[in-house]
Amino acid sequence: MHMADALLSPAVGTTFWAGSMGIIVYCAKKLKENIDERMIPLMGVLGAFIFAAQMINFTIPATGSSGHIGGGMILAALLGPYAAFIVIASVLTIQSLFFADGGILALGCNIWNMGVYPCFIAYPLIYRTMVKTGSGSRRILIASILSVIAGLQLGAFSVVLQTMLSGRSELPFSTFVYMMLPIHLAIGLVEGFITASVINFVKSMRPEIIESISLSRSLSQGVSIKKVFTGFLIMAALTGGVMSWFASSHPDGLEWSIEKIYGKPELPEQEHGIAPALKQVQDKTAFLPGYNFKQSDEASTKLKGGESWPAIGAGTSVSGIIGSIMVLGIILLLGAGIKILKTRRA
Amino acid sequence: MPNFDKEYFNIGYLDTLSYRQTFIHRINPGIKLVVTLVFILIVVSFSKYEIHRLMPYFAFPVFLISAGEIPTGVILKKIFIVSPFVLFAGMFNPMLDTTIVYTISGVPVSGGWVSYVSIIIKFILTISSALLLIATTSFPGICSALEKLRVPKVFVMQLLFIYRYLFVLAEEAMRIVRARNMRAFGKHGRDIKTFINIIGTFLIRSIERSERIYHAICSRGFDGRIRLLRDIKFKFTDIIFALLSVSVFIILRMYDIAELIGDAVLKF
Repeated sequence: MHMADALLSPAVGTTFWAGSMGIIVYCAKKLKENIDERMIPLMGVLGAFIFAAQMINFTIPATGSSGHIGGGMILAALLGPYAAFIVIASVLTIQSLFFADGGILALGCNIWNMGVYPCFIAYPLIYRTMVKTGSGSRRILIASILSVIAGLQLGAFSVVLQTMLSGRSELPFSTFVYMMLPIHLAIGLVEGFITASVINFVKSMRPEIIESISLSRSLSQGVSIKKVFTGFLIMAALTGGVMSWFASSHPDGLEWSIEKIYGKPELPEQEHGIAPALKQVQDKTAFLPGYNFKQSDEASTKLKGGESWPAIGAGTSVSGIIGSIMVLGIILLLGAGIKILKTRRA
Repeated sequence: MPNFDKEYFNIGYLDTLSYRQTFIHRINPGIKLVVTLVFILIVVSFSKYEIHRLMPYFAFPVFLISAGEIPTGVILKKIFIVSPFVLFAGMFNPMLDTTIVYTISGVPVSGGWVSYVSIIIKFILTISSALLLIATTSFPGICSALEKLRVPKVFVMQLLFIYRYLFVLAEEAMRIVRARNMRAFGKHGRDIKTFINIIGTFLIRSIERSERIYHAICSRGFDGRIRLLRDIKFKFTDIIFALLSVSVFIILRMYDIAELIGDAVLKF
């Protein structure tokens, strides 16, 4: 479910980066205020545990194929939302660097998709409200399954949204949703079952462990649902606002489809109402207008001129291809040259 | 896929690469991090029909591979392993976007194919630059750079802790898997019930380990932060590297080098 750099537009990527970074800073502040010191090594080791546990495969019931755990909800149940979010974020960071899962720009989206939903939606709204200190194992089972499914569905849906907003993939919205959601429903069932069983296992084997962890994090009060909701609404409004801004200055996906309808890369402009006012703001604030880092006049007239943009004349396209091949050849030759020089010197 | 796990978790190798001594390895980690970020942002900023404009950007990974003495095969393999999601998400472009944008000697090429290829190229560029960052920079170096960039301390410490115990716990997991394989015939022992017992025990062991670590670091005077032995400073070459590479990226973003070269060739 890792989002990838190549499917993102800079606007979507940076927006989610900012969002995820903001939440990391918020969680760090929360933890700093009231953390037991022993939580620090515990968080680190549990992060490493998530990696290591993913190396151990099991057979998925009824399919025969093998899978591994995700582990987000185990962390949330053990550590509480703030610490769990930091652990998930750091695990994803290391995954994006060492395993190239997703990529560095997509890291923001990935932390959002796999961290925010389980820690700040599913955990406080479902798990925490259902499971109290004395809850039985069946209750834990139901709560885990429901919360894991909710977290995964939101995450999967958000992957679809990010892909759509970026406009790099042509995958139709409904097809993408139909593909992602059922798969993650099945994954969520299995993952939820495992989450509950692991928690119950630890509880029955070493009940004092869970108690001592919950004691050391009892300093930090639970997440208030009201705060979560308002915070999420503000974030949604912000991301929505920023996103729609950028989307309207998008030179690709959107314009491409608009062009198919109108024959022009831009919609006929509205003369009054909120749109022109917004456009003015956007013209003033968009720091990469249309993402063309200030092109030369000639290029921009070519863009806006009579010829619609993607219809490149045959001549230019041929020169583009020849140029590409030559550039690539030169780069590879130079690279090989440096390598040969280096080995000779060594 | 027995090989998948082996490849996927073969992170120790990238880590050993990062301790080599080349000009690239010696550049300030923070500078390398920022330059890589700028590179990725600029690469993804191209619209989906501009394949030829992406080509010059291969210079960056190729330069890092050659000057940083990184084996090309390793990087290519890692890219290949993580490719399925992108290949899937772009798969529908050729089917759904059938407008002809190029005609190469009579063969029409639809916009969908062009955008699919551009997604794949972007994927290769962004993933390879992330891998090369870690292959040419030690992870503690990156962490101290993050700390300087005002990333919260708890988060940076978390990264360092995971990095430290990743290898320890991965080895433990490998021992567990080996033990399970030796006791079980074929598919036995891989069922979900056994798995839960294994994971549960492993979790308890890990928590106990963290308690031991806590006692150990406390007795050594842990006060909530991890210190690096030497402070990483800016050097003249760092600034040169940053200025040069970023300005090259921006120039390539502004001017269509590939087409200029192609034009020049056609005029001959």
